[in-house]
Amino acid sequence: MDIITALTIFALAVFVGFEIITKVPPTLHTPLMSGSNAISGITLVGAVLAGGTAWSNILGFLAVLFATLNVIGGFLVTHRMLEMFKKK
Amino acid sequence: MLDCLNRLLLAAEDLVETSDGALETVQEAAAALGGPERLANVGYLVASVLFILGIKGMTHPRTAVRGNMLGALGMLIAVVVTLIKSGAPQWVWISGMLAGTAGGLFLALKVQMTQMPQLVALFNGFGGIASVLVAGAEVLRLAATPEDEGTAGLFAGLTGLIGAVTFTGSLVAAGKLQELKQFKKPWSFGGQQLANAVMVGIGVLLCISMADGTAWEFFPIVLLSLVLGVLLTSPIGGADMPVVIALLNSYSGLAAAAAGFVINNNVLIIAGSLVGASGLILTSIMCKAMNRSLANVLFAKLEPAADGPSADEVYAGKIKATSPEELAMLLDGVQRVIIIPGYGLAVAQAQHTVRELANLLESRGVTVEYAIHPVAGRMPGHMNVLLAEADVPYDQLKEMDEINPTFSQCDVAIVIGANDVVNPVANTDPTSPIAGMPVLNVGDARTVVVVKRSLSPGFAGIPNPLFAADNCLMMFGDGKKAMVELVAALKEA
Repeated sequence: MDIITALTIFALAVFVGFEIITKVPPTLHTPLMSGSNAISGITLVGAVLAGGTAWSNILGFLAVLFATLNVIGGFLVTHRMLEMFKKK
Repeated sequence: MLDCLNRLLLAAEDLVETSDGALETVQEAAAALGGPERLANVGYLVASVLFILGIKGMTHPRTAVRGNMLGALGMLIAVVVTLIKSGAPQWVWISGMLAGTAGGLFLALKVQMTQMPQLVALFNGFGGIASVLVAGAEVLRLAATPEDEGTAGLFAGLTGLIGAVTFTGSLVAAGKLQELKQFKKPWSFGGQQLANAVMVGIGVLLCISMADGTAWEFFPIVLLSLVLGVLLTSPIGGADMPVVIALLNSYSGLAAAAAGFVINNNVLIIAGSLVGASGLILTSIMCKAMNRSLANVLFAKLEPAADGPSADEVYAGKIKATSPEELAMLLDGVQRVIIIPGYGLAVAQAQHTVRELANLLESRGVTVEYAIHPVAGRMPGHMNVLLAEADVPYDQLKEMDEINPTFSQCDVAIVIGANDVVNPVANTDPTSPIAGMPVLNVGDARTVVVVKRSLSPGFAGIPNPLFAADNCLMMFGDGKKAMVELVAALKEA
């Protein structure tokens, strides 16, 4: 993938992000933050792909650890909050 | 301890061996789909779409739970196809994932809703450092295998810069929000802004010098940025934390996107930029709610109001105190009550009692609504979560712009633990430190009752003429105790 393709994807994704997120009501801003936080745990994918040498394995382990924390904790705590909004 | 670690490693190896058979089956299936590489890319596409649909679900409380699940499903797919692509599982991933899952479960289940800002700050930090580590691992891999041409360069530097600032900045922010002693006071030294500017400059220069493929710069960049994160966040006061967390949220996304450029991965770029955009929007909403520019929040000290009227001038002889019994009588026969919660309500843990009060009033045919100022809590939307926890239906939570024109049709407005966000000076006195800040026009209500411990000023440090207004009654005391007494008095009446 060349750099221009990557930048194109980046730019378009930023615009998509702006378009949908401006429609999120203030009531849900906290779950939006924790939920998007969980999504930024996507570095977990990067953490699995990175590594190979001994040193980079250690960094890889830590990266997997932190990213998993982010993913599991983020989605779960968001779910906990959203459940509160659901019940009447 | 060592023995324990050895056993863990052996167990992980066992797991790897036994899963080899299963792996072959999966890889055969992947080959049928055009190879694991192809499968991974299709998986990333599906995951990206699910992330977007997931965030789209957040546009309404009814669909939000499903949205979050879609996001989680997207993540699962992205991780599974990556594991398939990477071949044999390694102890690195298994042990990391197990430890991370345990930690994540613990934090997510243990946290109280009042502590949510700290937790989100902490997660921002974890996201930031994870991106730094990914970029670091890639830099090391490329250094060890020079024949393998990579495009890490500039973007590895950027990941290190943004990610490390996010990490330490978030830790400091979380410490401040948790009100740890070490972080309580905004801390700064002379020439700090100059030092910060110089550090940012050096960081950017080092990033640029990485563009030619050299790698050593990565480590000084990370060290520099770790320090920079602390220096940038420590001078910022507790009241401005909503802006800071929103901004760090954005950084954590941008760091993930930058890491995506380092390892050439679409899903990292897409997910990262979605989060980056989300954080930026929330940052700008918070800044508007405080009527301050981002630069002002980050770099300026709040000057104490020097020439404004003193508290004595504003309050002398004009304060009327009331009691729960009097308020109960006042609430007899009213039609519309608006409750204005501030962070003081959450500190007093009075949400549930307020909900009880609202139930009681509703059972008498009174319309009850809540007016939520954007910075009522400690992070965007925080107050809404706290009230949702107390079973307040979300359609009773009204945004400032929606409810402000209707205060004149309100019989009683009850302000609990809020101060600056209901200060009319913001609209009337252009020299005030909060001039132009959007506030709730509670003074338009027929009667205003302010529940507050004392006449002490809020974060802005200025007196509030609302308290001295003709239609305002002060009910001094702890928010929760006052509400309990009010509910009791209402039941008796």
